[in-house]
Amino acid sequence: MEILMCIVAGLLFAAAVYLMLSKSLLRIIIGTGLLSHGTHLMLLTMGGLKAGAVPVLGEHAATYTDPIPQALILTAIVISFGVTAVFLVIAYRAYQELGTDNMEQMRGMDTDD
Amino acid sequence: MSLLHWAVLAPFIMAVFVPVLRKKAALIHTGWFVLILPIVLFGTFLQYLPVTMNNNTVMQTAPWIPSLGIDFTVYMDGLSLLFALLITGIGALVVLYSIYYLSKTKESLHHFYVYLLMFMGAMLGVVLSDNVITLYMFWEFTSISSFLLIAYWYDRDRSRYGALKSMLVTVFGGLIMLGGFLVLSIMGNTFSIRELAARAPELNEHPLFLLAMILVLLGAFTKSAQFPFYIWLPDAMEAPTPVSAYLHSATMVKAGIYLVARFSPIFAFSGYWFWIVGAVGLFTMVWASFNAVKQTDLKSILAFSTVSQLGLIMSLLGIGAASLHFETLDDNIFTAAVIAAVFHLINHATFKGSLFMVVGIIDHETGTRDIRKLGGLMSFMPITFTLSVIGAFSMAGLPPFNGFLSKEMFFLSMVQLIELNLFNIETWAILFPVLAWVGSVFTFIYSMIIVFNVFTGKFQPEKIEKKPQEAPIGMLISPIVLASLVVVFGLFPNLLSYSLIQPAAAAIVPSIIPAGEQLDVHISFWHGITAELLMTIGVIAAGILLFKFMPKWGRVYDHFPGKVTLNQFYNSGLYAAERGSNAITNAYMTGFIRSYLVYIFTFFIAALGFTMWAKDAFRYDASAAAPIGLYEVCLIVVLLAATLTILMAKSRLTSIISLGAVGYTVSLFFVIFRAPDLALTQLVIETVSTALFLLCFYHLPKLSRHEEKRRFQAGNAIIAAGVGVIVTLLGISAHSSKFFPSINEYYVENTYEKAGGENMVNVILVDFRGFDTLFEISVLSVAALGIYGLIKLRLEKGGETNENE
Repeated sequence: MEILMCIVAGLLFAAAVYLMLSKSLLRIIIGTGLLSHGTHLMLLTMGGLKAGAVPVLGEHAATYTDPIPQALILTAIVISFGVTAVFLVIAYRAYQELGTDNMEQMRGMDTDD
Repeated sequence: MSLLHWAVLAPFIMAVFVPVLRKKAALIHTGWFVLILPIVLFGTFLQYLPVTMNNNTVMQTAPWIPSLGIDFTVYMDGLSLLFALLITGIGALVVLYSIYYLSKTKESLHHFYVYLLMFMGAMLGVVLSDNVITLYMFWEFTSISSFLLIAYWYDRDRSRYGALKSMLVTVFGGLIMLGGFLVLSIMGNTFSIRELAARAPELNEHPLFLLAMILVLLGAFTKSAQFPFYIWLPDAMEAPTPVSAYLHSATMVKAGIYLVARFSPIFAFSGYWFWIVGAVGLFTMVWASFNAVKQTDLKSILAFSTVSQLGLIMSLLGIGAASLHFETLDDNIFTAAVIAAVFHLINHATFKGSLFMVVGIIDHETGTRDIRKLGGLMSFMPITFTLSVIGAFSMAGLPPFNGFLSKEMFFLSMVQLIELNLFNIETWAILFPVLAWVGSVFTFIYSMIIVFNVFTGKFQPEKIEKKPQEAPIGMLISPIVLASLVVVFGLFPNLLSYSLIQPAAAAIVPSIIPAGEQLDVHISFWHGITAELLMTIGVIAAGILLFKFMPKWGRVYDHFPGKVTLNQFYNSGLYAAERGSNAITNAYMTGFIRSYLVYIFTFFIAALGFTMWAKDAFRYDASAAAPIGLYEVCLIVVLLAATLTILMAKSRLTSIISLGAVGYTVSLFFVIFRAPDLALTQLVIETVSTALFLLCFYHLPKLSRHEEKRRFQAGNAIIAAGVGVIVTLLGISAHSSKFFPSINEYYVENTYEKAGGENMVNVILVDFRGFDTLFEISVLSVAALGIYGLIKLRLEKGGETNENE
């Protein structure tokens, strides 16, 4: 299962990178979203999958799933949400001010140097 | 801190007070206050004369960075004293001259004197330092203060160009020299020059010896304007004339000479030293004297003549190094070369200083320095004329002036090179005296040009701006003093021989003096009809002939292509470097974010891929893996389908919805992999994110609502695939090689025992690792504030914030 999940995460990474290299700003943001999904899945996979019960003591199980990666991922989810939100608002403001979402057009002029 | 330390630091301290003096005592020319200092210092240094005459030295140390072995150590021997006297003596005369040369009202005098004092202190530091790091520090101080002085009239283009050029060349050499110093100190395990010299034979065996020597020599050659680094000196002539007289004839350009002389005891054991120093010096001498003849600006002539004379001194120092190889010879002529070098060093400082001042007077009184406009000034400026005759004749090597004597000694050294079978150069040795002779002929010609083209011939009043008249007496004092010295040293050379020359020569080649004896330095004015006297007569004859028929052969210079000069090379080199670096930067700094991402991802792939390959890090071990279930496979299919939809989507709406699908599938994965808190959070956040995406999408400006199908780019796909493969391989390898068990046992056992909770993930988040959560909250708050700011605060074009929008 872990090997398969590694491949899935790799595919998510590939798709994310492909999107991030595109011209449209919105697609770049979608790419970062996919990238964080890939990272979270990878983190979870590295902790080992299906090794035991849900990490709640009330289960009274012999073994529990590793709780540490879960705590890490929870933190990561929240932070990536915050970053994505800011990113989106910046994109929205960029649309408003510049009238474009084409990354080819968003570049410094020689006169700005 | 001893007296000598204070002597070095005094000019710096004085420089602090100069602006105050300029303001508080505006009625008196600031130079008068400054003048006191070099005179006092000159007197101070004179007191060391008896010490060095007996071949004693003074060494005093003040700690600077003791832990690194870097101390401010001053070391006074014959060579240092000679230079210190030159610096302070000519410094005093130059300050006196500048008082009359620079206007009290029109010029910003405080700048001038601050820079000049900085330079004086730095130069004293260079010649008195025993520690190479301190020496380097003062060395760079001279470069900087010289830069400031050359660009003193900073509103002129040519001043700035000359200052920049001299800065680039000398700092380039200075840095290389620092490298040489460091190599030397690593070899000798000390920063002290004296200790290095004591270990010279041992250092000579070291494999880094040649490297250190070449690096140090490059520093000396750039500073002393040797071929091909002399190009900065003619352009430095944009400086005020007192600066040219002081820095670019008597002191700074001799710093390189000093360096070569000072390091002779260390390096001269090597045959390379003899060759490099001797040949470069001699070639510089010939090349520069040849070029000096074609100049039309008086200061340019003097600049090239300085280069040429420095080359002469340098070649003598190189030849003098041979004395270390042949000390058994009865007739130790190479010692004579060192003595000639020291003697000519003194002579050059005197006559070149006075010549620069004379040129300054001509410029000051007529308004031009162009020899094509000047002529017939003899009757207007008799004193100036006399001074220039003394200076120029001494430079040309005519009796009875001091230049004659040192030129004779120069010829003697060159001629005797032939007689010895030195380093198997019997066939090539003839080149040395021939080149020296040719260089001297050209020296003679340009010396005559300075005198006769300016002071005799037709007076051309229509070409010059002012009516010429004799300079004020104050301006004449300094050149008169220097010219008198030229005559005095010429007639009574033995005044100098035991007082200054012998101790200096002893410092350059310490091994030549037998213990307890004194070196025999006797400069005789007339020593019979010898080869060198015949050579001098030949120089005069050929020089007069060539000078007379100058218009006939002068056109030779026109045939030299102007495009292949060293200046052209420097300019186009600089231009090419600027253009080249600009082109390189523009080539990769495209301004497109995609390019930068390509670089980053490519590097990521290359670095990780290479490391995995080189370290053979890939592992595959599926034995510890969990079995693959049906649910998971179904979810994977959904996830990949959604991802593919995003990639292929023609419209943005489709891709946003597909991203939502990916997010929900991920939360289902969390459910299956027994992570309920994650699943909850992921569901909520995915919903909010998708809403935000839709909001963004909704606000797309109508103008660019282009729902184009993206161009398929193979490059992007390759990079993306590469990243995916690398990540997958990393994940598999990491999973397949677990070395330690997890620390989760502790959390499982203590979640209830110590923290009183049952949900392990939540207890970790708020109890065991609560700090993470604290800052995660901060991140969210900052994001919220940022979003608020982005939406609410608008900086209008007028610069005012408008919060109502």
